Amino acid sequence: MSPEQQNNAQAQLPQVDGERPALGRLHQQFPEAILASHSYRGDDTISVAGDSLLPIMQFLRETPELSFETLMDLTAVDYLKMGKSPRFEVVYHLYSLTHNHRLRVKVPLPEDLPEVDSLTSLWKIADWYEREVWDMFGIKFRGHPDLRRLLMYEEFEGHPLRKDYPKSRRQPIVAQRT
Amino acid sequence: MRVKSETVTETMMLNMGPSHPAMHGVIRIILELDGENVVDSDIEIGYLHRAFEKEAENATYNQVFPYTDRLNYVSPVINNVGYALAVEKLLGIEVTERCKYIRVIMSEISRICDHLTCVGASAMELGAMTAFLYMIKAREFLWELLEQVTGARLTIAYCRVGGVKADLPENFEQEVTERFVEVRKVLNEVHGLLTKNRIFVDRVDGVGVISKEDAISFAFTGPMLRACGIPYDVRRNHPYLTYDQIDFDVPTETTGDCYARYLVRMEEMEQSMRIVEQALRKMPEGPTNVDHAGRIMQPSEMVDAAKVGKTRDMKLVQLELSPNLEGSERQQHQQVNALAKNVVLPAKEDTYGNIEGLMNHFMLIMEGWGIRPPVGEVYQAVEGANGELGFYIVSDGTDKPYRVRVRPPCFAFTAAIPTMIKGGMVADVVPTFGSINMIAGELDR
Amino acid sequence: MGVGEFITSKLDHAVGWARKYSIFQYPFITACCGMEYMGVACSHYDIDRFGAGFPRFTPRQSDVLFVVGTISHKMAPVLKTIYEQMCEPKWVVAFGVCTCTGGFYDNYSTVQGIDTVIPVDLYIPGCPPRPESVLDGLMLLQEKIQNQKQEILPKAKWRETQSSVSRLL
Repeated sequence: MSPEQQNNAQAQLPQVDGERPALGRLHQQFPEAILASHSYRGDDTISVAGDSLLPIMQFLRETPELSFETLMDLTAVDYLKMGKSPRFEVVYHLYSLTHNHRLRVKVPLPEDLPEVDSLTSLWKIADWYEREVWDMFGIKFRGHPDLRRLLMYEEFEGHPLRKDYPKSRRQPIVAQRT
Repeated sequence: MRVKSETVTETMMLNMGPSHPAMHGVIRIILELDGENVVDSDIEIGYLHRAFEKEAENATYNQVFPYTDRLNYVSPVINNVGYALAVEKLLGIEVTERCKYIRVIMSEISRICDHLTCVGASAMELGAMTAFLYMIKAREFLWELLEQVTGARLTIAYCRVGGVKADLPENFEQEVTERFVEVRKVLNEVHGLLTKNRIFVDRVDGVGVISKEDAISFAFTGPMLRACGIPYDVRRNHPYLTYDQIDFDVPTETTGDCYARYLVRMEEMEQSMRIVEQALRKMPEGPTNVDHAGRIMQPSEMVDAAKVGKTRDMKLVQLELSPNLEGSERQQHQQVNALAKNVVLPAKEDTYGNIEGLMNHFMLIMEGWGIRPPVGEVYQAVEGANGELGFYIVSDGTDKPYRVRVRPPCFAFTAAIPTMIKGGMVADVVPTFGSINMIAGELDR
Repeated sequence: MGVGEFITSKLDHAVGWARKYSIFQYPFITACCGMEYMGVACSHYDIDRFGAGFPRFTPRQSDVLFVVGTISHKMAPVLKTIYEQMCEPKWVVAFGVCTCTGGFYDNYSTVQGIDTVIPVDLYIPGCPPRPESVLDGLMLLQEKIQNQKQEILPKAKWRETQSSVSRLL
């Protein structure tokens, strides 16, 4: 979307819910990409489609009324045992220092292709967060410069926080790398 | 003939850690050095990965508390409080006023312990052994205080969902006053030893600088962000417990170097003591656990319960009728309280003394029963000693959390170490690392 | 008892006495127990009273390896390297329940007791152990050091010395 269009969109903006500005703005900007939204216990949450994650995040970060400058947290949930489909969900917690508000963005990912765009171009901390999610869940981040394991060692097989990894399946200790 | 003499230089790789004398914490820094200058570096973490998140998925809600103690083991109460608040948010309950104040007091004492350890240990790594010994002495005084309340020195598991383990002991206020006198004495001594000490200041001033933009991009929070000049504090920006009723300052510095972080931490200890003193004065009498007071029942819930004959736990609230009959304006359903027996264990006298208490106890302990929040997800942030400590909990309606995620504050700082040490001397790595207060338990979980 | 044996047993005792009161420790601190270790080492509990107040942060100069805190699978090879770097005679103290048995971390990443990786002389349980129990453990270790056979030289040399001592008398 070009800047003019964006300005137009802002100009045409009707009354946005004062309490929850982020949700209203996003619904208008990306009507197709937003899959669901709710505010359970006061936490604003949106589910977005994986393909449009990067533009949405850019929009959230750069729109002055929203300006989510901080990626507070990035994690994933494996819904295997809750029987939800698709199986994975990557969860982003955003925080705006300017406006002091928060937003949770979720991206559902299917089991056979757990891949989503990397946010390393927007936030530097995304580098490590994404490495950790790759390590623990085996979710790949497209465009990540250096997707290695972070917490476990390279020789470790499997992704321990997946629900089908048994809690106490130990793997042999490997010799120290120098 | 012109002789072209060319010295070929190449960089040297140097490995620091994971067990290194100048690093209190298990982390491996691989430095690429050009002479004494750091050209590049890579960090390897995970040496203390104890699978907190996996363990939490396999424990009931209350069983997670001991694991949370061992996240940031220098300030365990704050982790307890953060997790308890997250579960309470999920359940939709609010703890009693007294409990809130107790949690504030204990968190702040814990924060002082953390800052004492951080400043002391990083000063020790720069050779100031005396400051370290003094500060650990002060920490010991506070630990004794914690021990009087909780029965343990370090890993205390003090909070419970819906309350705390026990009320404060008698004479607590007096004990706090006495011990704070000692702590203030130590802080003054340390100020005298370090703040204007040429050797110390030369090692930390202008070292490990991070710009505001980078700090935000790396999701810095807590003292590290405040040292860059951004006054973000969860206690102030998203007040939880009773922090909105307490007067305290959020100290900031502008330079964003190790010295600024030292100054911020020193000032924060003073502010924490102020908070504790105010909270002790303001703290009301009353129950510490939610269930003693019960909760207001929703009409629909009341009807459902009454249909199956479960009316015994409902009780009418005493109305305080004012002369102008203001009390009678309250809606009918607000007069009905239900004892929420689904969260807090009954008193031991009840458990051993009568059948209701025993059954209630069993219902909360039995596998598959216990605390069962509704299906949903919450994120609750508290101001940990290092910054924003967030708990993201997903519930599937059973007695075990489906997923517990911790947002560890020092994760961001550790990720930013390469940025902070780049271009500096190899000796600057030590104060920079000391100033970020990396706690491996929290970083690797 | 021959005179030679008498002398060697007295020598043994003297060496044991010297060794037990001059413990150079290597604190291999990984986790929460480290905080309690700091408490033991500092002025309130003062481990120096027992002749063990001198932490050496290099394994090559130390006698006792204090393994303080949980050892994960990623850390275990490092621990083994450090143990192998220490010179004989050496002792190992498992400080805290995680190092004794793995504690309540029974999961994919935690070593179930460091005795699966290196030999251990003394176990101090507790999560973390109180300073009093650490000091108690230290005294037990000193007792062990005192009572054991003091290997000073390699076996062959040792026998040679023994025979030369008995020849002298």
